[in-house]
Amino acid sequence: MNGSPHLHLPISVRLVMLKVLAALLPGIAVYVWFFGAAILVQIALASAAALAGEAAMLRLRGKPVGLFLADGSALVTAWLIALTFPPIVPWWLTVSATLFAIVVAKHLYGGLGQNPFNPAMVAFCISIIAFPALMSQWPAVGFTDFAAQMGVVFQSQSPQDAVTMATPLDALRTSLHTPEARATVAGILGSHATFGNIGGKGWEWIALAYLAGGLWLLQQRIITWHVPVAFLGVLALIATGFSLGNPERYAGPTFHVITGGAMLGAFFIATDPVSGATTPRGKLIFAAGIALLTWIIRTFGAYPDGMAFGVLLMNLCVPLIDMGTQPPVFGHKDGKRDGAP
Amino acid sequence: MIAALFKFRGGVKPASHKDESTQAPIARAPLPPRLIVPLRQSAGGTPQPLVTAGQKVLKGERIGAPESDFSAAIHAPTSGKVLAVEPRLLPHPSGLAAPCVVIEPDGEERWIDRTSVSYASETPDVLRGLLRDAGIVGLGGATFPSHLKLKPGTSGRIGTLIINGAECEPWITCDDLLMRERADEIVSGIAILRHIASADRVLVGIEDNKPQAIAVLRAATAQSAGIEVMPVPTRYPAGGEKQLIRVLTGIEIPYGRFGTEFGVQCFNVGTACSVHRAVELGEPLVSRIVTLSGNVEHPGNFEVLVGTPIDELLKLVKPKADTDRFIMGGPMMGFTLPRTDLPVTKAANCILAASPALFPPQGPEMPCIRCGACTRACPAELQPHELYWFSRAKNFGKAQEYGIFDCIECGCCAYVCPSNIRLVDYYRFAKSSMRTLERDKAASDAARMRFELRNQREERDKAEKAARLAAKTAAGRQAVVAPAAPASTPATPETTVSLPPLDEAKKALIAAAIARAQAQKEGVQPKNIDNLTPEKQAEIREIESRRARVRELAKTPPEEPV
Repeated sequence: MNGSPHLHLPISVRLVMLKVLAALLPGIAVYVWFFGAAILVQIALASAAALAGEAAMLRLRGKPVGLFLADGSALVTAWLIALTFPPIVPWWLTVSATLFAIVVAKHLYGGLGQNPFNPAMVAFCISIIAFPALMSQWPAVGFTDFAAQMGVVFQSQSPQDAVTMATPLDALRTSLHTPEARATVAGILGSHATFGNIGGKGWEWIALAYLAGGLWLLQQRIITWHVPVAFLGVLALIATGFSLGNPERYAGPTFHVITGGAMLGAFFIATDPVSGATTPRGKLIFAAGIALLTWIIRTFGAYPDGMAFGVLLMNLCVPLIDMGTQPPVFGHKDGKRDGAP
Repeated sequence: MIAALFKFRGGVKPASHKDESTQAPIARAPLPPRLIVPLRQSAGGTPQPLVTAGQKVLKGERIGAPESDFSAAIHAPTSGKVLAVEPRLLPHPSGLAAPCVVIEPDGEERWIDRTSVSYASETPDVLRGLLRDAGIVGLGGATFPSHLKLKPGTSGRIGTLIINGAECEPWITCDDLLMRERADEIVSGIAILRHIASADRVLVGIEDNKPQAIAVLRAATAQSAGIEVMPVPTRYPAGGEKQLIRVLTGIEIPYGRFGTEFGVQCFNVGTACSVHRAVELGEPLVSRIVTLSGNVEHPGNFEVLVGTPIDELLKLVKPKADTDRFIMGGPMMGFTLPRTDLPVTKAANCILAASPALFPPQGPEMPCIRCGACTRACPAELQPHELYWFSRAKNFGKAQEYGIFDCIECGCCAYVCPSNIRLVDYYRFAKSSMRTLERDKAASDAARMRFELRNQREERDKAEKAARLAAKTAAGRQAVVAPAAPASTPATPETTVSLPPLDEAKKALIAAAIARAQAQKEGVQPKNIDNLTPEKQAEIREIESRRARVRELAKTPPEEPV
């Protein structure tokens, strides 16, 4: 069959993916400004691994390699992996995690459009479970020397305390949880070198750059408002409630929204259409669930950031959410659906 | 009073390309050498041919009688001679042939006797019959018989009449030009439709990209109370019947229901015009306005006799050299014509010449990434990507549950799909498969019903036969069973009562039958002992008597263990 319509918008999966990549560029630029060029090397490593894994799997599955390799979806996964991993993580971890994301999380589930889990978040979660120390090895704020960074990435030298440090989230939780500290949120945020004005030195600017890119995606209608608004809104709401109740124990909403993977997740990760909910109400529920899980894991869990786990856990719920949130069809607003052939 | 507009969700805004074909007024297409008039041009059955080959016909003469009340009549578009009544290929996506009347025009255009009807003094029933016999069907493309739409519904009358001049498909301008040039005829037709429906108000919906048509119709309706011309935002498919009704009244008509049930009904401006001609001029529907546009030298609108071969029309507009195919209808809902020697039907609002430059071929189909662009574009508020999965997986039950029959096949989803998925093709496949399944199920239901009825019949026959036999042998039973009773061991009253009379009768009958059969056998069959020597016969008799003794012994049950 080759019926109507005979018209088509000049739009493609490739164009959608390229726009997502373009929207990440401001964030990457600010990242380089604060933490050096190591992130670019990580992006290159992840991209190469992703394309290689993608090409190999497409070939094995008998799919047109050129067509799918050019769709840009593997690159989006690769960039998100690089941006969520510490920039000075050993090269082999970036490469193997990316390969795992592409080969297992994406292609073994059927490739583009079929994966139930966000591949980048699968890579993040298995890495942080398997290599918690390496995944907590973040560069210190002043550590921007490219040669030294490369030394760490390619493991010609071992990272010293001077060049690595915990992320703001990590530092906050550790300080609150170590018995001798008896610190308060305000005390930690005010004293620690890691913390900038709101959510960590440098990180708050990167987050704002992600926000700018995300707003552009919204304007381009690549994403809808539902996921970012519900995710950031619910995260802020929970943080506000708890920090009002006990400001010494719980960090406030601005900290939670600006720090860690929140902004990147809100606009670039939780908005992944393939593994996310599709109905408007479903998207709200999906994003609110991620926010809740993120806050719980951040506050009470053993891992520094809960976003990745929150995304995967909510990915599991997507079929149920979509099924339960089907909007009424034109003419059936009374809830009845009688469509006999 | 200016009524407020409502909104319909979804929709797209493709480039309209209306200017190409609105530069010249409507021209009359010349009489072709042959007219091929399909007998089936509306929903509800194929009209029976009223003419035979060789017969002379006048312009407007009925050549196809409506089959029951569910289709509209077919008329000779010009005077001439019937060459044949035979199946011909139709301009339809199915590519199927159907009975057509082939007419050779005599060039005289001699009309039948045309009589005007003073509609105001006629009852709606009479006028509906008149529309049916004049072959009036919806000219917006669906060709649904208009008289059926005007039938009063179960829940009352049509309060609001919607006149559809939206013409939302790109390239098509036949309604636009008709409104500009024949507003008075349209308004006259509206008055007749309004009279039949006894509607309180009439809303004429026109997309706001047709300012001239809006101005002309406003002027033409200035004197008539209760008719409002309403510009509606230009957004495809604003001219879809359900969408226009929604925009103008806020009412949503679900799949499978008539507007009449909701007190609203919708007619195309072209239909209104043909209603005027049928009633006021006595002219049945034998022509329509067709837009010829796209990749042609001289695009424009033409008044075309129904049955005119499309290639005759194409000569008028001269398709350019790189034309690769022709589309009947607009680019959003039209279909590619398999050939160009097919006739223009009442449904043919537009013939588009397509070229790779105007309608670039789509890229290869990629997997669905669930981006939701289709959902945002769907005016039926469906989840097209879900319907795609279900249709693809042939999970028709789920597809139906998710409302696939509410899909109006407008093409918005496929237009915006970044994966180039031909979504509407998948839905058409699913719908037609389901209709086939439904037909097969109906057929097998009917077969099962027949089988069950037959079984019941057989059971009944058996029972009746048994009853008859029981009655017949009632006397025999008395004769056979009753005398035997005293001879047998004295039966207790209970056992006699508990024995079903039928069983007794049967046993007696069986015994009698066996006896008869034996007697017959003995009487007929020659025995191999008949011609033996007396000694041998004596021997046999001796053996027989021994056997008889043994049989007797076997019959009497042993009183005690031996």
